[in-house]
Amino acid sequence: MTAETLFASLQLSVPELILAIGALVLLMVGVYSSERATPVVTGLSVAVLVVAGLWLILNTGDGEAYGGAFLSDPFAKFMKVLALIGSVTVMVMTIGQARAAQIDRFEFPVLLLLATLGMLLMISANDLISLYLSLELQSLALYVVAAINRDSVRSTEAGLKYFVLGALSSGMLLYGMSLVYGFTGHTGFDEIAAALTVEGRSLGLVFGLVFILAGLAFKISAVPFHMWTPDVYEGAPTPVTAFFAAAPKVAAMAMLVRIVIEAFEPVVADWRQIVVFISIASMLLGSFAAIGQRNIKRLMAYSSIGHMGYALVGLAAGSMAGVRGVILYMLIYMVMTLGTFACILAMRRRDGEHVEGIDDLAGLSQTNPFMATVLTILMFSLAGIPPLAGFFAKYFVFVAAIEAQLYGLAIIGVLASVVGAYYYLRVIKVMWFDEAKGEFARTSGELRLVYGLSGLFVLGYVLIGGPLGNAAEAAARTFF
Amino acid sequence: MTDWPVLSAVTFLPLVGALLLLLMREDSAAGRRNILNISLMTTIVVFGLSLYVWYQFDPSNPAFQMVEKHEWLGTGISYHLGIDGISVLFLPLTAFLMPFCVLASWVTIEKRLKEYMIAFLILETLMLGVFVSLDIVLFYVFFEAGLIPMFIIIGVWGGKDRVYASYKFFLYTLLGSVLMLLAIMAMYWQAGTTDITELLKYNFPRQMQTWLWLAFFASFAVKMPMWPVHTWLPDAHVQAPTAGSVILAGILLKLGGYGFLRFSLPMFPLASDYFAPLVYTLSIVAIIYTSLVAMMQSDIKKLIAYSSVAHMGYVTMGTFAANVQGVQGAIFQMLSHGIVSGALFLCVGVVYDRLHTREISAYGGLVNNMPKYAVAFMVFTMANVGLPGTSGFVGEVLTLVGAFRANTWVALFATSGVILSAAYALWLYRRVIFGALEKDSLKAMLDLSTREKVILYPLVILTIFFGVYPAPVFDATAASVDLLVNNYAAALQAAQDVALSVH
Repeated sequence: MTAETLFASLQLSVPELILAIGALVLLMVGVYSSERATPVVTGLSVAVLVVAGLWLILNTGDGEAYGGAFLSDPFAKFMKVLALIGSVTVMVMTIGQARAAQIDRFEFPVLLLLATLGMLLMISANDLISLYLSLELQSLALYVVAAINRDSVRSTEAGLKYFVLGALSSGMLLYGMSLVYGFTGHTGFDEIAAALTVEGRSLGLVFGLVFILAGLAFKISAVPFHMWTPDVYEGAPTPVTAFFAAAPKVAAMAMLVRIVIEAFEPVVADWRQIVVFISIASMLLGSFAAIGQRNIKRLMAYSSIGHMGYALVGLAAGSMAGVRGVILYMLIYMVMTLGTFACILAMRRRDGEHVEGIDDLAGLSQTNPFMATVLTILMFSLAGIPPLAGFFAKYFVFVAAIEAQLYGLAIIGVLASVVGAYYYLRVIKVMWFDEAKGEFARTSGELRLVYGLSGLFVLGYVLIGGPLGNAAEAAARTFF
Repeated sequence: MTDWPVLSAVTFLPLVGALLLLLMREDSAAGRRNILNISLMTTIVVFGLSLYVWYQFDPSNPAFQMVEKHEWLGTGISYHLGIDGISVLFLPLTAFLMPFCVLASWVTIEKRLKEYMIAFLILETLMLGVFVSLDIVLFYVFFEAGLIPMFIIIGVWGGKDRVYASYKFFLYTLLGSVLMLLAIMAMYWQAGTTDITELLKYNFPRQMQTWLWLAFFASFAVKMPMWPVHTWLPDAHVQAPTAGSVILAGILLKLGGYGFLRFSLPMFPLASDYFAPLVYTLSIVAIIYTSLVAMMQSDIKKLIAYSSVAHMGYVTMGTFAANVQGVQGAIFQMLSHGIVSGALFLCVGVVYDRLHTREISAYGGLVNNMPKYAVAFMVFTMANVGLPGTSGFVGEVLTLVGAFRANTWVALFATSGVILSAAYALWLYRRVIFGALEKDSLKAMLDLSTREKVILYPLVILTIFFGVYPAPVFDATAASVDLLVNNYAAALQAAQDVALSVH
């Protein structure tokens, strides 16, 4: 590698470098100052993320870097911006909540920065090796973050569970990669695709494909690799759960899209079956299992499982319209999820106690009409009722599925969404139809900002959907 | 042709009112007053605008008028509005009923008046949007979005079992609609557009029409509602507050019938023809069976709800008879039923506000101390029965003529429904109004207040006016209905020619 290509590679990965260097510097800052430095480190982390994001939007070109292991293209940029927005939002939300959630350690923002770095690399990975490394960087940071409240049994349990199952899935992923490498002789996505076009598929490759998809399905918490989700969501401190639900899902979904659409494009018939199955199973389980939940974080866990199923409907189509649908779905899903978690974080009683039961929201429409209205809008949107953003998210993935003539998938999907509507309605029912039991403490400004913006986005999607759709289309065109 | 976006203005004006209401506070009597005034003014202005639309509408032109079209959301979905003879009259109907809903809620809604009025104004925008949409996705957005405010209205301000009723209403209608959504997507890929004007010209293959028709039927039949998917309606009606029932019966039920006329019949003529016997059967069952069920009800609102199902049976029957009389009759029946059933629910509201019960057995002899009420209720009961001289007669007789031309047996069975409707409606009237005034709780009840007179008298006048002089309605609808029926017949003929030439 000459100095010139190295320089070009560095230039393409400036946002990642900013994050890496920023994380290391902030770690030093934290280590060499007292506990009081936590707010400073958090603030600086936000600044680092914002700078990386601005650089990404304004100043990053397209191209391959590091010998083809890293790829910067419109799709990657779009998804990276999403992941960064997700991380920044969660970081901002934790500012006022860190002490109450007992996560007020300077390691927390640093770990989130490292996880975000892993996500950006994942989205840009164009090679099985770089994919695996970036995935592990993200996962290891997340394992620690899940258990960061080490005095809480639930939090440590969540961290351990996540770690054990995550390690298992990483093993499967690695095994699948080795099979793919063994049967194609390549690790680069483009080379794998080329080899598959020439040689066709072999049985061993299908095995490898199945293992890789299983490993990735774990990361997006799709059925049947979802078991960790409800426990980790419930056990982890709420800001951590909010983080889990948003940015890592976007990154993992982006990676999944890239690997199947680019590397395994020639064997579309093989992976489509798997994706269709995972999608149907996730939609159904996400809808039915959520019905009995009493804890809103658990409810959101099942809800996210279901939503991953809907996003996969677009992927199963495997077309331009499908990828466009997935991109929009992840965008809208992330905004809705962040808004909902901002509301969950705001569920704090006057005496400072955090509550998580759905019943604790009773009568919210009288005690806090603004938050109740936003949460209602978000719930209707999650249920996919027009004219809210969630409806258009579903519309675009299902329209792609119909184009690909996956009628069975589409019909099961919309029926599952009706079942899903039932439990979202329950949250709304509790807020509006039931009598108030107790009031929440005053919500801090940053949480109100986050859920306010989220509600505004969901409502206003009918106005801004055009430009967003065009951006998603440009991103999707990368592959076609 | 107007050069300002009048349809957008009509549709979104209620939202402006809702935004104004957001700024209001309701903790004082003056605040309450302001909220009511703003709501009433908004709905009246919208009604005025809708009359302007009717006035501007050129009845001799069967095509879409006052068209507005803008790019929206990419991928072919556009913001496309316009009206033709089939949709034009639903605008004034919707806008006409809204001020009455506000008036009916003047004193009865004691808690959370602001949210209540906001929900109603949002609902008005969504209902108007359904009738003016010329893009099928836009139509779906308006069609479905109406569930949100209605769910809240039933659930927050409803009766004892409001939670059950609101869930049932929401999930039933959603289940029907999602299948229609898939059909819409399939149409988009087949025809390459979501523009209704383009889709109306497109010939879908016969096989595909069958599936699309069924998917649309799933949605509209639930909304209509047709037997056997009508069971959400009595629950929703009984639990909803008076104004909610008025909107449900007056307008939301019409969305289904409008959908059949706008989509099923003109876009899938072959399938409509194929499935017409099914629709006839379900309509007749609805007319006879739900009339019998209505007769046995002990709750006034439930009785009227079942009678709505029966009356909607005439609409579906007339629609799928697919001749000029049938379709004209179906449209007229929908408009008339919108006024009459809305008025009946308002009548129930009047006595409910005084006694807080809907049990028929709790009433009796009201004619003695509420003569004005008795007269108004009488007119609406007669219109519900379909007595000549009331608007109910015109729609029923036309749909029956239409059905007779298509299939005499259908007409025979459907006509028996007229007798049954007389039975349950007159019996209800006898039990509530006539008889001796024996119950102590009733003796203190006062006759109509000024507010109630303002609500009921215009409806009495309209019911009789359209019964005697229905021409304004037919003038507006004639050209578009002719076009619809001719296209339908031409499509069937063409299909038959193809079939013959193959053999």
